[in-house]
Parts: sequence; structure tokens; C-alpha cells
Amino acid sequence: MRLALAIAALVIALTSAAEPRKSGIDYASAATQTLQKDDAQNPGMLWVKDGQARWTERTGAANKACADCHGEIAKMRGVAVRYPAMAAPSAATASATSTQRVINLAQQINQCRVERQQASAWPAENASLLGLEAALAFESRTLPIAPPVQPLLAAAQARGEALYRQRIGQMDLSCRDCHDGLAGKRLGGNIIPQGHPTGYPIYRLEWQAVGSLQRRLRGCMTAVRAEPYPYGSSELLDLEAYLMKRAAGMPLETPGVRP
Amino acid sequence: MNRRTLLGASAAGTLLIAMRSLAANIVVSPILSELARAYAGPGAALREGRVKFDITPLVENGNSVPVEVTVDSPMTTAQHVTGIAIFNEKNPQNDVAVFELTPLCGRARVATRIRLATSQQLIAVAKMNDGSCWTHTVEVIVTTASCVEE
Amino acid sequence: MASALITMPKAARAGDVIEVRALVQHAMETGYRRSSEGALLPRDLIRRFTCSFVEGTGQSVSTSDGSSKPGSRLVFAATLHAAVAANPYFAFHFRAERSGTLIFIWTGDNGFAHREQVNLLVT
Repeated sequence: MRLALAIAALVIALTSAAEPRKSGIDYASAATQTLQKDDAQNPGMLWVKDGQARWTERTGAANKACADCHGEIAKMRGVAVRYPAMAAPSAATASATSTQRVINLAQQINQCRVERQQASAWPAENASLLGLEAALAFESRTLPIAPPVQPLLAAAQARGEALYRQRIGQMDLSCRDCHDGLAGKRLGGNIIPQGHPTGYPIYRLEWQAVGSLQRRLRGCMTAVRAEPYPYGSSELLDLEAYLMKRAAGMPLETPGVRP
Repeated sequence: MNRRTLLGASAAGTLLIAMRSLAANIVVSPILSELARAYAGPGAALREGRVKFDITPLVENGNSVPVEVTVDSPMTTAQHVTGIAIFNEKNPQNDVAVFELTPLCGRARVATRIRLATSQQLIAVAKMNDGSCWTHTVEVIVTTASCVEE
Repeated sequence: MASALITMPKAARAGDVIEVRALVQHAMETGYRRSSEGALLPRDLIRRFTCSFVEGTGQSVSTSDGSSKPGSRLVFAATLHAAVAANPYFAFHFRAERSGTLIFIWTGDNGFAHREQVNLLVT
């Protein structure tokens, strides 16, 4: 019995000893880390505050607020960490077609907006959309990223992994080349992070604004001189799905601050 | 104030500043000396000291650089800081911000975030209610972002 | 509509020096940047920030320019230039003596104006 306990203790010690995954904030300068940690200074909190106000704002032909159906925004804790996921059931159609797709949180917000509030969908990177996304993700801050187990999602994650490994652009680089192979080394003045989406939507110092994971992926693609996939494309969604699976278990930090 | 007055005043001012920042042995750039003299006003005492300009010496991203200026002052009605000006050396414009303080502040410490286009010097000038001015000059290295985005 | 965040204690003892932190959402467009098509993005800055104190509890402090309201005293002000980072942040201090309201006003180009106020209970 004692031997079994000793072996179990050893196994636990070895497996928990090194969590090799690190969030991008761990690679950032002290000033950037302070900016993220301090809610009074974190510029992303301005978008969170805006989103919190939008949560209770009546809008659309249905004149409804998110809060009218969902209640207090605090009740949405646990939601953001499971996206991308299969869409929530559609209000409109009898056929279940809209449940048969994987969407990210921004698309889920837009689906609710169009179908429940009867308002127009916000375009990608719209400030109000980012605000709501930030406010919702903020409610899940510190929770582990937890993609659900769904066959459609698993297929998207597999496609995303293939895209992650695929060399692209004039520079003929894959995401894996830098973010798995060279993480921790320098590119110009910055340290290459592992690329886990732990803080989205992030306040990026380079953007001087909050932006989505899709914006960041497109930026990286342009940087290796590849034609970036369009906003809302299935490729970007598959990549998002894979990256969240790759980061599963890591705590959410939204609003993250990154250089 | 026209250029001639400015040049005349700065010529007098250079003697007082003595062109050296005590803390870091920096030779203060002429443009910063000129701007400090213009802010202080002709004839005002302009000396190094009593002001501490806190900024990281190595800047990760020039879009957002935290800075803090602290002035040794009791902030009473009799003795207080009336203003703090920050100037930069090599941005397209040299002005950064000018702060106005009152005895209601209770403490002369101001923090903000600024933009720096390139490696350069910066100067903080604190003006007291008796008209005297105190400076601190710093030098920072600004690294370029690895991938500049639109 | 701009979002702003004031962080400060809501209560203090007389004589305490409290830290006041103000953050406002604004792109602070310098006028030197170009769009991806090459067009120059016009300068659009916040130019001025003021913090004033109005003594007294239970008042509605509703004038558009708190700093000119009788009895309001300027605590701290800033004149901003393009070198202030986007989403301007200021941290300064305030000596609490009597209960009242701190009024924060930001003004800038293209008619930008935003106001926040926070009550402070001083015991």
C-alpha cells in the first residue's frame, strides 16, 4: 500500500512539475504585464465597460436587451471559455440547420442579435461587438479554457490543426514553425510567444485598440506575406477551434494586453 | 514668444542648466534645454533635482510607454508644485503633456502613458509656486515592433 | 460614445491623500498615420483634461462645465498633445478634506467632450 502511494505521489509530481504552455503575457515586458494586471489602467477595460452597458441596452425591432433573456451578465460566467462551439439552437428556422455549424463567440452574439433582437448583425471588428465579446469573456476571467466535446467541433479542430501546420506565404512559414519551434526566441524587439488565445479580445499595443483573434491571425498571415483568409471564413474558424483546443485548461485573461 | 527672444533666453538658461543630468550622466540635448527654458520663463531659476522621472530604459512598444513624475514637495499652499511639463527629443512634435497641479493634490506625483517614435531623451520640468523650476532628463531605447501593422 | 473609467476610493478620512486614476477611450489620432490605402488619417486628439472638486453631499452636480460652477475648485489639469498614448490614462492625487464630488472633463477635437463624476465621502 505504501509503495503504491509513493508511486502515485511520484507520478503526480512528475506530471504536474512542468506545464510547458505559457500565456503570451508571460513573454511580455514588465510594463505590459502591469498594464494587463491593473484594471484601473488596462485599456481593454474600457471595451469591457462599454460591453457591460450594451448588455442591458434595448435594441432592434424586438426592442430587447441581452439581459431580458439572459439576466445579469454575471450569469454568463463559463460561456466564453467554451467557444468556438456548435451554435445555439436557432429561433427562426424549423430546420435545425443553424445548429449544424461551429461558430465563435462574436458570431453567437450576432446570431442572437439578428434572430432574437431583430437587429442587424455587426460587421467584424465592430467596436460594439468587440465590447460585448470582451464583457462576456471578462465574466469568465480565470476560468480554464474548455472547448466542449462535439463531433462537428472535433472535425473543425482537426482541420485547424492541419492549417496550423501548413506552410504559407512568400516566407513559407507555418504557425508551428514559430510558435512551437521558436517560442521564447526573439523576433525584432519582441519575444515570440507560443500563440495561445488566452486573452481575447485583446488590447494590442500595436493596434492601440481591442481586436479579435481573427484580426491577429490575419495580421500574422500578412506578416509572412500570405493572402489572409477573410473575416468569418471557415479557415479562420477552424484555426480558432484548434488554437482553443491547444490552449485547453489554460486560464482566460480577458482583457489581455499584448505588444 | 518669438525665436529671437527664445534664443536669447536659452543662451542665459544654458549656464544655469549646465547641460548635465546628475542621475545618468546624460548630456541634455539642446532642444530639450530650450523647451525647458521656454516653459520656465526667462529669468526663472532652472536646476536639476527634486524631480524624479520614472520610465523604463528599454521600451518594448513605443505606442504605449508608462511614465511617472514625482516631485519632492509638501504641496501646501505656501509651498507646492504648480505644473509639470514633459518634452521629448525626437518625436515629430516635442510636446508631450503639461500638467497643472494645485495644493488640493496633496502629493506631486503624476503618471501617464506616452508615445515614443524612436530612442531619445525626455525631460520633465516641475514649476514651483515661487517660480523656480526643477528638471530631470532621461534617455530611453525604443525597440521597433517585429511586425508593424496597419 | 466614449467610455471612461475612474478608479478611486469612494470614502476617505479627512487629511488622507488618495490616488485618483482616470482612463478614457479615445484613439488619439496623431495626424501622422496613414490608412492601408495611403491616405493621411486626420489629427483627432483629446486636448484637455480637468478634475475639479465641488464640496457638499447630496448635490446634483449637473452643469456641463463643472469647472465654472460656483464653488468648484480645480484640483488637477492636463494639456495633451499627440505624444499622449491612445486611451489616455492619468494618475494623480487628491487630499481629502470634506465630502464632495470630483468632476472629470475631457475635451478635444471635433467637439469631443466627455464627463464623469464620482462622490467622495470624507469622515
